[in-house]
Amino acid sequence: MNVHMREDMSLHSMRADDGIAKGEELLKVDNISLSFGGVKAITDISFDIRKGEIRAIIGPNGAGKTSMLNVINGFYYPQEGTITFRGKRRRRVRPHETAREGIARTFQNIALFKGMSTLDNIMTGRITLQKRNMFWHGLWTGPAEREEIEHREAVERIIDFLEIEHIRKTPVGRLPYGLQKRVELGRALAAEPALLLLDEPMAGMNLEEKEDMSRFILDVNQQYGTTIALIEHDMGVVMDLSDRVVVLDYGKKIGDGTPDEVRNNQDVIDAYLGVPHEEA
Amino acid sequence: MSPAILNFIETCLNGLMAGVMYSLVALGFVLIFKASGIFNFAQGVMALFAALTLVGFQTGQVPFSHLINAIFGTDIHHWGGGMPTILAIVLAMGVMVLLAFLLERFVLKYLVNQEPIILFMATIGLAYFLEGLGDLMWGADIKRMDVGLPSGGSFWWEDLTRAWAPADADYYGMYIDTLDVSAAIIAAILVTGLTLFSQYTATGRALRAVADDHQAALSVGISLRRIWVIVWSLAGFVALVAGILWGAKSGVQFSLSLIALKALPVLILGGFTSIPGAIVGGLIIGVGEKLAEAYVGPLVGGAIENWFAYMLALAFLLFRPQGLYGEKIIERI
Ligand SMILES: Nc1ncnc2c1ncn2[C@@H]1O[C@H](COP(=O)(O)OP(=O)(O)OP(=O)(O)O)[C@@H](O)[C@H]1O
Ligand SMILES: [Mg+2]
Repeated sequence: MNVHMREDMSLHSMRADDGIAKGEELLKVDNISLSFGGVKAITDISFDIRKGEIRAIIGPNGAGKTSMLNVINGFYYPQEGTITFRGKRRRRVRPHETAREGIARTFQNIALFKGMSTLDNIMTGRITLQKRNMFWHGLWTGPAEREEIEHREAVERIIDFLEIEHIRKTPVGRLPYGLQKRVELGRALAAEPALLLLDEPMAGMNLEEKEDMSRFILDVNQQYGTTIALIEHDMGVVMDLSDRVVVLDYGKKIGDGTPDEVRNNQDVIDAYLGVPHEEA
Repeated sequence: MSPAILNFIETCLNGLMAGVMYSLVALGFVLIFKASGIFNFAQGVMALFAALTLVGFQTGQVPFSHLINAIFGTDIHHWGGGMPTILAIVLAMGVMVLLAFLLERFVLKYLVNQEPIILFMATIGLAYFLEGLGDLMWGADIKRMDVGLPSGGSFWWEDLTRAWAPADADYYGMYIDTLDVSAAIIAAILVTGLTLFSQYTATGRALRAVADDHQAALSVGISLRRIWVIVWSLAGFVALVAGILWGAKSGVQFSLSLIALKALPVLILGGFTSIPGAIVGGLIIGVGEKLAEAYVGPLVGGAIENWFAYMLALAFLLFRPQGLYGEKIIERI
């Protein structure tokens, strides 16, 4: 197991070698505003994510957490603001390009390829790392085959790591919810991302599944060194896992700091207790 | 075996052969529909266009010669002796890939996230455009497709099967067209190839991923635009093969584009999203059609082939609207 992890780390560092040291800024969003027609989902939000940390994003339902992830990976284009990832500052990013640049994610409502097996789903996670072009794939010749085998091995290590060997060949549409969440994490990990965005990875899980998932997230962070942005409603989990927390409410940032700082922030307490707040 | 049974078998065999051709056309539809939710009305015209282009290259026609002659008062039509068939096939495929690329670049790109009906209308436009382009480039006359496939009845099979009937029976053996047999073999190779490609290559996996969930596909770094070029190229390839096989059978002419109409009942039967469905559906329609023609036809005065497939599909719709293997057609179309 540990040997596997070490091999993976060497692979991982190939991609993550961007000259940004642990603890320095990996991603920064500046003054992001996003609205859908009349609905303001995000209003002027700025925060950063440092390399190597677990950054939680919390807030009540409809606070704009998922929208924020969608802005970061390019599903939504904000009307205002910029996104700086690994020193590159931009207004608009495209999802398949952010994936290529090292941002992987999971979804609140699981978006797996339901008809495909666990193995194939996780293999798709490596698409950005596969270099041989279409022509080679079609001919299935030596170089392409070798590459496929290498990727296959990396995927098998992830499968070992997530303890899902027994469902390798199962079409994921048939798996129970908790396992689907795990496969989705596997697919994101397969990309060896520099930044991993997790949208409520433990929602709908029982206690044991939550504990497993927490352990995986911590392991990924500590052993792979992967930077993680984590949206989660379970406060216990958030306080345990995260290094820093950003709190959103009604599309605005109302808190930002260590778990302890945030826990004692009056605005945050009010938001969670449902204290009505003055309308703008 | 009695001649009656042997005749039945012969009818079924011929039906299977015809069915393979239907499957092939339906396959082109399914590829595009699965990956992009577009019902490609132009699939039949793509087959015609591909076949015209192939014959044009092969026989050394000058593209747009009518147009050139009309403008410059020249009288050109051929530029020499043509080229080897295999080169012509490769070039025709190149043209289909180019077409896929241009289509993505100038049409599909602007229609992302539009209603299916709008995409459908766009493909109707594409059908007319390609039909006109084919005429303009290669002329509207009927052309012969000769790519060197064997044709004519198989004597070997006729002799073999004659021996299956009792010696005193009035039976002359089964007729089977070697062109149909080679078409079936080629189609089988094509389908196997496509299946292997989609199952065991990274690009194939990307295709399946896009067919399954666009958003998730984007999130793992798949470029939808690139996939669409690939899918339309594949559909162009299938169209080329269908064009070659149908063209070899009945000449390259406008009616070739109507094979698309044969694909419709196949799709209803097999489901719009299922490749095995397209294949099985094609075979069922082929066999059903030939059986109906042989056994019901005489009772109703023939010409049953024109409508039987539709009736079968209609009856099928009543009981299984999603097709044999299909999913979710109600939601997607
Ligand atoms: N695609 C969209 N179209 C229209 N409105 C949207 C869209 N996506 C999000 N919204 C709106 O933006 C606001 C923020 O939604 P978002 O999903 O980001 O909240 P969230 O913090 O993730 O909530 P939850 O905890 O329930 O997942 C909501 O009012 C939501 O209705
Ligand atoms: Mg959400």
